[in-house]
Amino acid sequence: MSKKVLLIEDEPHIVAALRFLLQREGLTVFDHGDGQDATQKISELIPDLVILDVMLPGRSGMQILQDLRDDKHTQDLPVLMLTAKGQKKDREAAESAGASMFMTKPFANEEILKNVKALLNR
Amino acid sequence: MTLSFNVLLTVSLAYVGILFAVAAISERRANRGEWAFLRSPVIYTLSISVYCTAWTFYGAVGSAARGGLDFVAIYLGPTLVFIGWWWLLRKLVRVGRKQRITSIADLISSRFGKSSGLAVIVTILAVVGTTPYIALQLQSLTLSFSVFTVDMENTPPPAYTALWIAMGMALFTIIFGTRNIDANERHYGVVTAIALEAIVKLLALLSVGIFVVWGVAEGPTDIFARMDPETFQAHNLFGPRWATLVFLSATAIICLPRMFQVVVVESSAERHLATASWAFPLYLLLMSLFVMPIAIAGLDILPEGSNPDLFVLTVPLAAERESLALFAFLGGFSSATSMVIVAAIALSTMVSNHMVLPAWLYLSKNRNSETEDVRRLLLRSRRISIAGILALGYFYYIFTGGLDALASIGLIAFLGVAQVLPALLGGLFWRNATRNGAMTGIVAGFAVWLYTLLLPSFEGEFVLNDATLEYGLFHLSALKPYALFGSSIPDPLVHATVWSLGINTLLFVGVSLLTVPSAIERLQAVQFVNVFDRSISSRTFSRSATAEELLVLAQRILGREEAFRLFETEAVTQGKAGVLPEPTNDFIASLERKFSGSVGAATAHAMISQITSGDAVSVEELIAVADETAQIMEYSARLESQSKALAETAQQLTQANEQLKALGDQKDEFLSQVSHELRTPMTSVRSFSEILRDTKELDEDRLRNFSAIIHDESIRLTRLLDEILDLSFLESGKVQINLAQVRLQAVAERAVQSTQTMAEQAGTLVVLDPSLARFTLRTDFDRLAQILINLLGNAIKYGSSSNPEVHITARKRRAEVLIDVSDNGPGIPKESENRIFDKFARLAQGSSSGSAGLGLAISREIARNLGGDLFYVRGRTGSTFRVRLPLTER
Repeated sequence: MSKKVLLIEDEPHIVAALRFLLQREGLTVFDHGDGQDATQKISELIPDLVILDVMLPGRSGMQILQDLRDDKHTQDLPVLMLTAKGQKKDREAAESAGASMFMTKPFANEEILKNVKALLNR
Repeated sequence: MTLSFNVLLTVSLAYVGILFAVAAISERRANRGEWAFLRSPVIYTLSISVYCTAWTFYGAVGSAARGGLDFVAIYLGPTLVFIGWWWLLRKLVRVGRKQRITSIADLISSRFGKSSGLAVIVTILAVVGTTPYIALQLQSLTLSFSVFTVDMENTPPPAYTALWIAMGMALFTIIFGTRNIDANERHYGVVTAIALEAIVKLLALLSVGIFVVWGVAEGPTDIFARMDPETFQAHNLFGPRWATLVFLSATAIICLPRMFQVVVVESSAERHLATASWAFPLYLLLMSLFVMPIAIAGLDILPEGSNPDLFVLTVPLAAERESLALFAFLGGFSSATSMVIVAAIALSTMVSNHMVLPAWLYLSKNRNSETEDVRRLLLRSRRISIAGILALGYFYYIFTGGLDALASIGLIAFLGVAQVLPALLGGLFWRNATRNGAMTGIVAGFAVWLYTLLLPSFEGEFVLNDATLEYGLFHLSALKPYALFGSSIPDPLVHATVWSLGINTLLFVGVSLLTVPSAIERLQAVQFVNVFDRSISSRTFSRSATAEELLVLAQRILGREEAFRLFETEAVTQGKAGVLPEPTNDFIASLERKFSGSVGAATAHAMISQITSGDAVSVEELIAVADETAQIMEYSARLESQSKALAETAQQLTQANEQLKALGDQKDEFLSQVSHELRTPMTSVRSFSEILRDTKELDEDRLRNFSAIIHDESIRLTRLLDEILDLSFLESGKVQINLAQVRLQAVAERAVQSTQTMAEQAGTLVVLDPSLARFTLRTDFDRLAQILINLLGNAIKYGSSSNPEVHITARKRRAEVLIDVSDNGPGIPKESENRIFDKFARLAQGSSSGSAGLGLAISREIARNLGGDLFYVRGRTGSTFRVRLPLTER
């Protein structure tokens, strides 16, 4: 059974690019563009990996991450944080909140694929 | 003596009737907005002639006949001020208008940190200094009555005449002086009546003069040939007394409450000073022209021992020219009444604003005072004050029995009010002058004046007895009222002037140097000293209050109608529906200024402070204070002193620093947002271009789709960069504006054209109202089109409804055109209303719309650069954005 990846991202073009890349690797890709009910979506789907954007309408990626880490069902779920804010303090905040990995936009396709594989095989 | 008392009374009453009529007509014209005549520089100049009271009208001839040339000094002082020091007057008038000053006490209090203590002191000083002067007018009026009635039986006793006159003037002043309470709503009726009286007294004196020179004598040479060289000696010219007189009369033109009233408070335009600067000296010259001839003629033809203070009346009477004498009587009557009326208005304003109202505020603190109407209270207290002030003058007259020669009381009063001068000049030109300095100086000067001049003038019958006058208080020779500290200045007036103003100035400067001004004093100091500097005019404290509380307060002070009108105008300007505007800082500050015009700066500040919270200081103020304090630091470093000031300065600088840091943080936030907005499209571009590069077999559809995404995103990037650049140019004001005559209809059509495709796709109907065709304005076509395209685009994009429509309408309001772009969509959620103009404040989800959320911020900046503004009109169905632009005069 192929592994499930959930993209929480509101930019349709970025979703399209990631979907193309990940599907080519044989993964099943779901996406969700709203921060408000993202946590609920994750607990319903129970994906193998979440790629989480920080700036989301409704609820920020940071808060969603907090929710995941506070819930014992999802506290070990691999989360790859994506952010367009490239500042050091954002990275530190994400890591202390429990992100498995942190990447800055724009990213190299090769690198994000490498990271996704690493997280899935952990 | 053939004039009957009845004729005299009838003429006087008829004249008073004319004055009432003139005042009433002027008030009515002012109410109808017919200003042209009422606001002319001629009226202004003539009203300044309240300087010439009965004292100058009758007393100048008297003093000339007694052998002095004092009267020349009394005319010379004001002339010097108006010709040579008009810039000082201009500064006073400018400050008065900007700060809505209601009186000289208000000016001093406002300058020194809106201090109510100082206001009370100056008010007391003004009342004490003016009361003898009012008594003097009553005395000269009764004297002039008695000239006509001297031989008649059953003539009324002088005290009765004075009482009737005082009551009549109180009535006139109450009727025309207390119609409204705002200093900026001037007393047009009173001022016009005063101007008429100015003409009457000038013509009266000129007529008597011409009659004396060509009717009694045979021309100018003849009249001076009759002069007794023994009497008229110029030896006292340019002596210490004479110089003192010039100085005091120059001071009087600024410091006398009634002069301040006509020169500053009643001034309707600064430029009128330009006319007054030559016209008023000319008026004084004409008034003084025939003083000598009348004095000479009086001494020549009247029996020895005649009162020279009445020569203006007795010379025509002796020549049996009753109608001329009657005219002269009306001249004197005019001089006296105009002085008393204006003085009563000025003093009643001070007494009620600075004493009655604060006392009432203090007493009603514990009561429920919400419902009480301050306006009514204020009008009542002004009316009672007017009656009280005239009563004081009357009793002073009865008490002193009218013994003194006319001129001496006038000079005593001059010196009394001159005690305000050091604080006034210091306040206008010296930013380090402090409240404590002003207070110490004025109180000390006032005390010295009382002790060395006013109390001794009662000649041992009031407070100071003969022994004290002779040997000094407690028999200390250093405390002799006429020879303080053993000084030997023979003339009591010169003696008192030197000591009172000397001690006053010394203490004012000394204490100012030793004390540190508070923050509010510093702010006021800058407002006064640098009044001509535009950049600092809008400095205010940051405060908050609810609009409801402000409205309740405003109703109590301004009256219901005025308050509602004010709030509604502000609400409309802010683009809010209803009568309650946002209580912004600017609005609170403008309210406080408006209240100041009614109740004085100190009281207005206290009242606003009662309902506002957080008298915190805004960033601009802190920077300004920091500038100020930087200068102070430099100054005190030079003096190597004032460590206290340095400590305070350091603290204020720290605060300013913190505020500046906050500003810096805002800038960082913006940059980080820009970075975010740029990185998002770049991510798609990079990712898809790598896919294209690395994927060997890509089907045709995907290839086209992915390339199209790269293309779209690079266009989005370019547009974003353009918008950021545009905004930064607009914000720094460096943007080029190409002004031309522009037809609004054409701009709107351009905007419709540009958004046509969008509108068609969304199925939106865009309607241009016919009203647009009515307007042509001078503005930048492309920039205005940019605003409308943005608004129209937003309306189409977000105005989703089943039958989407967008309307563009225009209408005129005052000198502006209001262009509304309204849709029938869901409108903007209430909680987001405040954010829509923020940069990157996108309300819709996602940003596939292709805009970065800078559109409204840019449009607002453009509108401001075009001299107007852009705002969201609240409380409509759908959303309406309103562009406000200045309309060119055609």
